[in-house]
Amino acid sequence: MISVQQLLLRQGDFELSQISFEIPLNSYAILMGATGSGKTTLLESICGLRTISGGKIWIDGDEITRTPPAQRQIGYVPQDSSLFPTMKVHRQIAFGMEVRGFSQAERGQRVEELASSLDITEILDRYPRGLSGGERQRVALARALSFRPRLLCLDEPLSALDDGTRSNLTRLLKKIQQSESVTVLHITHNVEEGIELGTVHFRLDKGQVRSVGCEDSSDKNTARTL
Amino acid sequence: MSVFGVFYLALIIAMLVADFQFANWSDMSSLLADERVRFSIWLSLISCTIAAILSLWVAIPTGFLLARLGSESMTQRLGQQSPGCHRLFNWARYFIDTLLDIPIVLPPLVVGISLLVLFQTSAGRWLDQRTGELFASLGYAGIRGITYEIPAVILAQFTVAAAFAVRTMRNTFEQIDDRPERVALTLGASHYQAFSMVALPQAWRGIVAAFTLAWARSLGEFGPILIFAGTARMKTEVLSTTVYLNFQFGNLRGAVSASLILVTLAIVVLILTRLLTLGGSSKKGVIV
Repeated sequence: MISVQQLLLRQGDFELSQISFEIPLNSYAILMGATGSGKTTLLESICGLRTISGGKIWIDGDEITRTPPAQRQIGYVPQDSSLFPTMKVHRQIAFGMEVRGFSQAERGQRVEELASSLDITEILDRYPRGLSGGERQRVALARALSFRPRLLCLDEPLSALDDGTRSNLTRLLKKIQQSESVTVLHITHNVEEGIELGTVHFRLDKGQVRSVGCEDSSDKNTARTL
Repeated sequence: MSVFGVFYLALIIAMLVADFQFANWSDMSSLLADERVRFSIWLSLISCTIAAILSLWVAIPTGFLLARLGSESMTQRLGQQSPGCHRLFNWARYFIDTLLDIPIVLPPLVVGISLLVLFQTSAGRWLDQRTGELFASLGYAGIRGITYEIPAVILAQFTVAAAFAVRTMRNTFEQIDDRPERVALTLGASHYQAFSMVALPQAWRGIVAAFTLAWARSLGEFGPILIFAGTARMKTEVLSTTVYLNFQFGNLRGAVSASLILVTLAIVVLILTRLLTLGGSSKKGVIV
């Protein structure tokens, strides 16, 4: 269970206050909201990249509110994928394991496994420069999953992709979430994407997060509230 | 390009042409045959290289910290915590920034005098003495300390060159997107690992540029060396002081020939820098 309680975050005139929500273990949570509503800010706070002014965050019963990002066990895929420009794809994917002290054999095995699942085996020896948008997002996804995080945070990972690539990646995300048994928090603007992937749905509106549906809600109801 | 720009380019070319016309090959060969001049060339090459390496050693971490502490993400983090802390932090950053500009804006002679005065203090004299003892224990008894010795040449060059190197490295890191470093933190990297494994490899062109700039600046350094290291032949004489000494003794052809050696070295370094950093741009990724 991922639990955010009474989270308070101030940034100049912008404020997120009293943000509370819970994501059940191994579920696929969708967070939607208008542009500028603070979705990315909230996601970065959960990842530990922004200091919050108040509230608490738990993952699987462990409080991580003041834990450094490196120790939170959260995989993060930013909107622009933010690949490391000077590293080949296989090293990017192994990065999280390398800094955590995994053996070379473990790293190699995991990279192969993820590359196969995400269909990026062909590009393992390439640099990020020249990769397509879809390839970049798959690499970023593999990199974030490499060290088996407890939570995977995705910041609009499909927004800059064409329809065909988006549709492929949507299927892939669903498959990966199930095969890796990882809890996902996914920001998107796309209602269809949200309905197709999400098992729980939240909306960030006027500085508040509210739950707008879960797996057992009918698609129509969820779409209406999203 | 404006008329004044063309005039300025013409002035640079005309100066170089005049130098080459004034000195002939026999002047140059007789200068190079002089053991003292060969010593000054070697000392220039070695001292400039050491000063440039030391400058990089200071410039890379300082430039990175100044760039990242002024970044939007850091400003946001501090702004969230306390506006007072944010203001104090900004003030400290501007103070350090201004401090780093001092060696650039100070007249070179003032840098030399300041170094000389610094080594007249008790702490300076102590360091001077210990340095002499260190060199003696290493078997270089000829170097008796810092002031008026070879270490003074290197320190004088380093004092000015490092400021230029820090500026270059700061600009380099400012143009490198910090988001991949932040992602590296979520992957389990420490701040040092994010710096050394993600940011630093992207900055290699900037590092080459900072090194060559520091090297070239050291090569042209004269004022601080004159005051702090002196112009003792076969001891602290570097190429810039060779030009000065020849000019002082009325040997204008010798001075121009030594100047041409300096010009040639500077041009070689500039061409090498351009070649090494070819393809660098101000966009994300690898930066000059």
